[in-house]
Amino acid sequence: MPRDALDLFENAPCGYVEQDPDGTIIAANAQFLRLVARGADDVVGKSRFASFLTVGDRMFHETHFRPALQMHGEVHEIAFELVRPDGSTVPVLVSSNLGDSADRSVIRTIVFEARERRSYEQELLVARQEAERAEARSSELAHTLQQTFIPPAPPIIDGLEVAAEYRPAGDGSEVGGDFYDIFQIGGNEWVIVLGDVVGKGVEAAALTTFVTHALRAIAMQTDAPSAMLTVLNRALTGAGRDRFCTVAVLRLLREGDRWLGTVSVGGHPLPILRHRDGSVREVGTAGSLVGALDAPTFVDDRFVMEPGDSITMFTDGVTEARHGPDWYGDQRLTRIVAETPDSRDVPRRVLLDVMQFQGPSARDDIAVLSAIAGPNGPARRLRTSS
Amino acid sequence: MLFAHGFGCDQNMWQRVAPAFAKDFRVVTFDYVGAGAADLSSYDPERYSTLAGYAGDVIDIVEALGVGDVIFVGHSVSAMIGALACIERPDLFAQLVMVGPSARYIDDVDYVGGFSEADIDQLLESMASNYLGWSRAMAPAIAANPDRPELGGELTESFCRTDPDIARQFAEVTFRSDNRGDLHRLKTPTLVIQVRDDIIAPQSAGELVRDEVPDVAYVLLDTSGHCPHLTAPDETIAAIASFVS
Repeated sequence: MPRDALDLFENAPCGYVEQDPDGTIIAANAQFLRLVARGADDVVGKSRFASFLTVGDRMFHETHFRPALQMHGEVHEIAFELVRPDGSTVPVLVSSNLGDSADRSVIRTIVFEARERRSYEQELLVARQEAERAEARSSELAHTLQQTFIPPAPPIIDGLEVAAEYRPAGDGSEVGGDFYDIFQIGGNEWVIVLGDVVGKGVEAAALTTFVTHALRAIAMQTDAPSAMLTVLNRALTGAGRDRFCTVAVLRLLREGDRWLGTVSVGGHPLPILRHRDGSVREVGTAGSLVGALDAPTFVDDRFVMEPGDSITMFTDGVTEARHGPDWYGDQRLTRIVAETPDSRDVPRRVLLDVMQFQGPSARDDIAVLSAIAGPNGPARRLRTSS
Repeated sequence: MLFAHGFGCDQNMWQRVAPAFAKDFRVVTFDYVGAGAADLSSYDPERYSTLAGYAGDVIDIVEALGVGDVIFVGHSVSAMIGALACIERPDLFAQLVMVGPSARYIDDVDYVGGFSEADIDQLLESMASNYLGWSRAMAPAIAANPDRPELGGELTESFCRTDPDIARQFAEVTFRSDNRGDLHRLKTPTLVIQVRDDIIAPQSAGELVRDEVPDVAYVLLDTSGHCPHLTAPDETIAAIASFVS
């Protein structure tokens, strides 16, 4: 080797080794010998590069590094630890390539000591693991909260079947504010509420919990759905700040085969009543956003459900679903409600159609609920999925 | 012939060996879930918590191919995955070739697997260090285009990239497995290809497989390293060819 080249090799600011194809070191410079704290006589012609690695690194070397080197002809910046004779280790970064030198194949390897970089990387790794744990916790919390926005146990109602679908926005890790609830207030009387609180995240979750619990309590002391909304409005405005929600309240009283319904709507899309013959109409009168005004307007409207008739409630996550510039809209929803022969299938079909329309990641929560007046006798269980 | 890659890489591992058999056999290579270009969304931590889950995938592949006389060539952990598949469905497999097999990587009483529990922990640490710069960003791009073979260039670039979490679990399942008790149930004619100097699967590991499998041939390659199909492809091809012909 010319003198300059020898200097370049020996005194390069990195460890440099050449190995034959089976890994045996055939040349090593002074810096490499310093890194492994051994003399040239113990290294050159005697040892494989991998033999200076910790056992775990050696396994990684054999199962990943060497195959990658063979396939690509080069491998860059792999983190290893060299083991010195006294047992101490030196963190290094290693890059290798394959080549031909003096008519024989060689593996050329450079080795940089990387103590600071490795400790920095360790910190990054720990930080990433912590971030992943935090994300998992937050996702679990969101999921747990969301489960409280819909009934934990499906009620079985004699003469009334309820089917519902609930899908949180996005990938489900975010907490939105759609909710529904179904509860009994007398021997033959049930209340169904479905709504949407303004906002997202923890505050929306807290408000959703407040609204659903308040509605259950208010329903026990109030007859008309409009009165329920008035009391809820007072509770929300009294709490100060911007705490709004939209709600549709149904009160259903069993009378023989029929259900006598009363509906009041606060700032929410009107429910759709479907008769057994497939004809559909909206029921209810649009009322004020709940929690926004000191003197809101809520109206009660009455309707009757004969056996086979159904009523469908939904949130604006359905009608305001977007696909580019297009809205999903009322008409498409109304058509599904009208054209679905068995109304128990309506929530599922609406959800699937909306998801197909806007793609897999929902921009907003989606809640759809259908109640179907059925014949006497045991009803099917509430079907939900979320 | 169905070629299965081992831990740490993907089906590209076979590109110096598998083509040699394409004239006489229908040659199929594949990526396990989590390796190479396989669809990450199919990964199920529960299913892949044992080698039997991977063996189930091999059986699924053979059934999908609709053939019943497969020669399975498995490297490293895939040798054991192949053994489990052959034991489960002997009707599907004609022959089994094990390249660098080990039925147990961790030392035991009267057995040298080559590693201790602590060594396996160290491997996982080593992987964690090296996955820092790896392919979390790369993997979804590949997974999103499973039907586009024209991405071959990128796939080559992605060689040996794996999803970090899956690779970690694969490492644990692989290196903490113990299939010594299964080998005597393997009735498929088997070839063990052992490398003279292999730190992952030392001779003691290959010899145990040889001694436990009833219908076995054994070839010792005079080379080094865990991947003779990459470093000594000609010798590997010759050993396989004389067994399968």
